[in-house]
Amino acid sequence: MLKKSLIALAAGLALSTGALAQDKIDIVFIGKNTGNPYFDSLTKGFVEACQKIACNFEFVAPATAEATSQIPFIEAQIQRGVDVIAISPNSPDALNQVFDAARAKGIIVMTVNGDITGNESHRDLTILPTDFTKVGADQIEMVGSLIGYEGEIAILSATTEAPDQNFWIKGMNEAIKDPKYAKMKLVATVYGDDQPEKSTSEMEALLANYPDLKGVIAPTTVGVAAAAQVVQSRGVAEQVNVTGLGLPSEMRDFVKDGTVKAFQLWSPYNEGWLAAHLAVDLKAGKAKNEVGSTFEVPDLGTITINEGNSINTQSSLTTFTAENIDQFDF
Amino acid sequence: MSAADTTRNIAGREAAPPRPLLHVILVRPETMTLALLILAVIVASQLSPFFLDINYILRSFTLSAEFAIVALVFTMVIIAGEIDLSPAANMALSACLFAWAQASGIPMPVAILIGLAAGLAMGALNAFMVIALQLPSIIVTIGTLTLYRGLAQIIAGDKSIRVPDWFIGIDKVLVLGIPVPVVIFVVVSLLLGLILAGTIFGRQIYQIGTNEVAARYAGIRTRRIKLVLFLLMGLVAAVAGMMTASRLGSVRYDLGLGGELQMVLMAMLGGTYIFGGRGTILGTFLAAWLLVVVSTGMTVANLLPAIQLTVLGVLLIVAIIATNFIYSRTQR
Amino acid sequence: MNALRSILVRRETGIAVMIVLFTVVVSLYKPQFFTLNSLRVILLLTPLVMIAAMGQMLVLVARHVDLSIGSMLGLSAMVTGMMFRDMPGIPWGLGFVVAIGIGALLGLVNGALVTLFRLPAIIVTLGTLNLYRGLTFIVSNARQVDRQFIPSELKAMSQTSPILGIPWIIFMAFAVALATYWFVMHTRVGRQIFALGSNPVAAPLRGIKVTQVTLLVFAISGALSGLAGIMYASRWGFVNPSNTGFGFEFQVIAAVVIGGVSINGGVGSVLGVVLGVLLMGCVAAALPLLGIPGTAQGAIYGAVILVALLIDRSVRQQGIAGLRIARA
Repeated sequence: MLKKSLIALAAGLALSTGALAQDKIDIVFIGKNTGNPYFDSLTKGFVEACQKIACNFEFVAPATAEATSQIPFIEAQIQRGVDVIAISPNSPDALNQVFDAARAKGIIVMTVNGDITGNESHRDLTILPTDFTKVGADQIEMVGSLIGYEGEIAILSATTEAPDQNFWIKGMNEAIKDPKYAKMKLVATVYGDDQPEKSTSEMEALLANYPDLKGVIAPTTVGVAAAAQVVQSRGVAEQVNVTGLGLPSEMRDFVKDGTVKAFQLWSPYNEGWLAAHLAVDLKAGKAKNEVGSTFEVPDLGTITINEGNSINTQSSLTTFTAENIDQFDF
Repeated sequence: MSAADTTRNIAGREAAPPRPLLHVILVRPETMTLALLILAVIVASQLSPFFLDINYILRSFTLSAEFAIVALVFTMVIIAGEIDLSPAANMALSACLFAWAQASGIPMPVAILIGLAAGLAMGALNAFMVIALQLPSIIVTIGTLTLYRGLAQIIAGDKSIRVPDWFIGIDKVLVLGIPVPVVIFVVVSLLLGLILAGTIFGRQIYQIGTNEVAARYAGIRTRRIKLVLFLLMGLVAAVAGMMTASRLGSVRYDLGLGGELQMVLMAMLGGTYIFGGRGTILGTFLAAWLLVVVSTGMTVANLLPAIQLTVLGVLLIVAIIATNFIYSRTQR
Repeated sequence: MNALRSILVRRETGIAVMIVLFTVVVSLYKPQFFTLNSLRVILLLTPLVMIAAMGQMLVLVARHVDLSIGSMLGLSAMVTGMMFRDMPGIPWGLGFVVAIGIGALLGLVNGALVTLFRLPAIIVTLGTLNLYRGLTFIVSNARQVDRQFIPSELKAMSQTSPILGIPWIIFMAFAVALATYWFVMHTRVGRQIFALGSNPVAAPLRGIKVTQVTLLVFAISGALSGLAGIMYASRWGFVNPSNTGFGFEFQVIAAVVIGGVSINGGVGSVLGVVLGVLLMGCVAAALPLLGIPGTAQGAIYGAVILVALLIDRSVRQQGIAGLRIARA
């Protein structure tokens, strides 16, 4: 272990000294918190992009994902004079002031993997993993196909105010009105606050309150793992189908033992990959941050900047099943 | 002056022969804090070329200024032999009440009054449980810490409440080039420092912390003084909560989460004796700067936050070992 | 003697009555709360807290406090998880030895700082709370140990059951509680902890080796946190550097205080703590069933701690002499 980290350290030093030689732009990505496996994969996208194109990359993140914990890190990047700050914001509004300060210094501020909904004027652009307007419908279709389009379903979400999750849940409530899903009934939406303990108790309560439950959608990585664990330990995977948005690395066991038949997500890696390429192109003047303009990203093709300066990394969700899960290493 | 003489008589310190001045200055915990502060500045400027910029340091200080202001009162509470771990939660609840009030259409001055009153009420609840019911303040305030933040969570849910635009940005207002929160911190430090060191009230606080029973026999109204301290704590926490609201532009229930640790750190690093009776505002004042320099220095060098946690933990333990050592030498 | 005993008994009966009342009231609204399955849910919420609470009880009885348990849990779980990940094929039972050993070591460091330098435990453990959490990040390089690396035998302990559908880890938690009961009731050292806590000044005069006893209680608290750490890996199937054990100290201290352990030392009983843990488990299981949002949980815990303190105080007023025999 020690050896491994020493090698990594040496590699890091070699990289940073090599970087001084040319005109590279400095990109920093500020995650929600350290130790979050989701960001390992996203960061990898940045790192591998910056090995190929002209950028230096650093990842920093606070120890906790509380609303204000990212502020000192943003202040520090302003002081360091980086060119681009990419950030997964912990708060939709507490960062407005410090974003403004960064942009006043000419730093490009891009939110990645989640936006500051309602305060879009305080950032330059946002890179979202997929088209969020389709997530709700995709998830309803997914759970419908698992339960034969018939029976009670429930939603286990993150926190009550999580903006992305609430947006998707709204989409689910819209989608389920389709006649195709007439025999399906959404009986409850509960919130596990993205904590394993709380998500587990909420899932247990769902099973107790709705004995006829056929399916559960958990559109959050913590929730879907907790829900899967509950049906696995109760041995009710045959009756209750758990699906949602999850990380392959956390769901692999459940998929292999049949607890979960299928779940969805996007590629966090591609988000980082795209963000790095866009940052370099913007700084080099090869891309313009204007609605409707396009640019090329290797492996991903032509990307368009949509309404509200937002970019979708992929157009629809990827579905993971027992057949394909081993092809993904995140 | 005569008051100071009397207290000295009570403490029986006159019997000891006067120590040389140099010795008095050197063997003090505040000297240790100052030395650490200088060391931290040197190390931080070595770690990152971007650190040594007075405007950046001042700007970074505004991020902790609210805690630092509360830590000054916190120091006085500890000197009086009690502890209050609830002020960070108090900041969140009073800021939430204030923001919720003004968002529901109550005029701003009234909303501010509501926030301040809430802070006072929380201080009063702590005081009631500790003074009237004689419960240990450490566990009482762990309870109220959970309760106050829980109530804030019930009021605000998981959303943030916006405050009006004109209210935003206290940290961007400069007086002589210094951000207002820093100015407030300096002024409050001077004020409380003078009160603690130069008034009868201040001396009595030390007396209570040194030996509460003896203080009561000496005619000091210990309960009243403690009540004043807890109320002051509540009020100052509420002010700090609203300053945070102005800096962030919005209020959430997790405002100031974990701030109690920072306050304890500031007081301990400043040489306040955890069992009461000793400590100075100067020490906490220096320690607040020390803490900001340490965490800013590490952040701007892009060090893992893990290393910061480790360093803060070690600092706390080292500081308290040193403080204890210094006090045990100067005691006799 | 009888009168005194009845006061003491009242503390535990008080909690028991609260549990029964709570269960009855909730069951009236939600009959599914009064089922075997829901008992299973409640019990599954408690084992980690119960194990750590036994250690915390001993520390509090000795007139100290240990705030670092959540970080000790996290660090020992992380090292154990990394061992499983980086040394595949290692016998899974060895994880218990490693986790408990590391926990005990961390606890000894706390104890040493407290005794050698005569420092207040609250500040020392506040410092090590940060220190150990920081070390967890450093050893793990801030990476989570995913569930595929946790041995399935270990995960099965939280799912398979020897009897009545109640998983193994619950039996382990009760075994720890029983062992603690035996320790405080039937060993000399166990009783010395109580004597030390009720009168630290007189303790050395009574032939108690204060340093050793203090080191021991902190080591036990650490070892049990380590045990809770490997059980965290069993229960949740992963170890995360920031989440694992975060905020755990508040749950445990709340349960222990509710269970009637006095913060002033010298007083506490295993039965009380077990009941305190169960009451907290009931509350945690009932809130989602009743549809009460998680946002209300903090306020409820806070209120419960304060109420427990008030009860504690009224008990104390009825007879200081009663405290002495409140051993276990």
